[in-house]
Amino acid sequence: MSSRRNRARQSGSSRITDEQINDLVSKLQSVLPEAGIRRNDRASAAKVLQETCNYIRSLHREVDDLSERLSKLLEESSSDQAAIIRSLLM
Amino acid sequence: MYRRSFKDTRSSLGSPNPNFSKPMVALRFLRALSLVRRSGLGACSPSYRARGIRRAAYACMAASAGPRRAWSRALLRKIRRRPGRGLRRPRAVIWRHRPVGGGDRLEVALRRLVPGGGCMEYCRLLEEAADYVKCLAMQVRLMQTIVDSASHV
Repeated sequence: MSSRRNRARQSGSSRITDEQINDLVSKLQSVLPEAGIRRNDRASAAKVLQETCNYIRSLHREVDDLSERLSKLLEESSSDQAAIIRSLLM
Repeated sequence: MYRRSFKDTRSSLGSPNPNFSKPMVALRFLRALSLVRRSGLGACSPSYRARGIRRAAYACMAASAGPRRAWSRALLRKIRRRPGRGLRRPRAVIWRHRPVGGGDRLEVALRRLVPGGGCMEYCRLLEEAADYVKCLAMQVRLMQTIVDSASHV
């Protein structure tokens, strides 16, 4: 059921056009941090995919790290989620 | 612990997702954190608690994204399955669409990183990846904010 990109390009009437893919790639590029791809014009799809993979991996690592820190904080703080919530929402 | 947030998601199935705003995600996550604390995990080892917090983070993120996204559905399925309740369904769907070796390595890598990415069309994969990255980045920023403000209290 999944139509691979290569197969779509080779078939005569491809449901998935190159333009569609380029649109999606540039949309993906827009959520990535600027540091990865420095050029203003559109980077190649391969570069965007590479940056995306790296970015997702680094985000996963950050979630792990922040979970560790939160777990230590939960252990230490005798009191208030109330104070934290207040400081965040007000 | 996560059932409540899953039910909230189900009730908003037809509508555009009203739950996905930073304050809502923050509230959800803070509630999950206080549940973690109260549930007596405080007595366990820090690494066990950290795993519980990480699971809560992904669960809140997926629940807030709503059921319209394939990645959020896949993530919630994975999280709810993990405690080992019930039978583990065979992952036939994912294995069937495993790309043959020699395929695009980047695409394979991305499919592994995005939840539920194993059996999507390529276009859908790009779309889901963009949304996943956006939500993940927001979750990280949220957790960083909580850690920062908790450190200063």
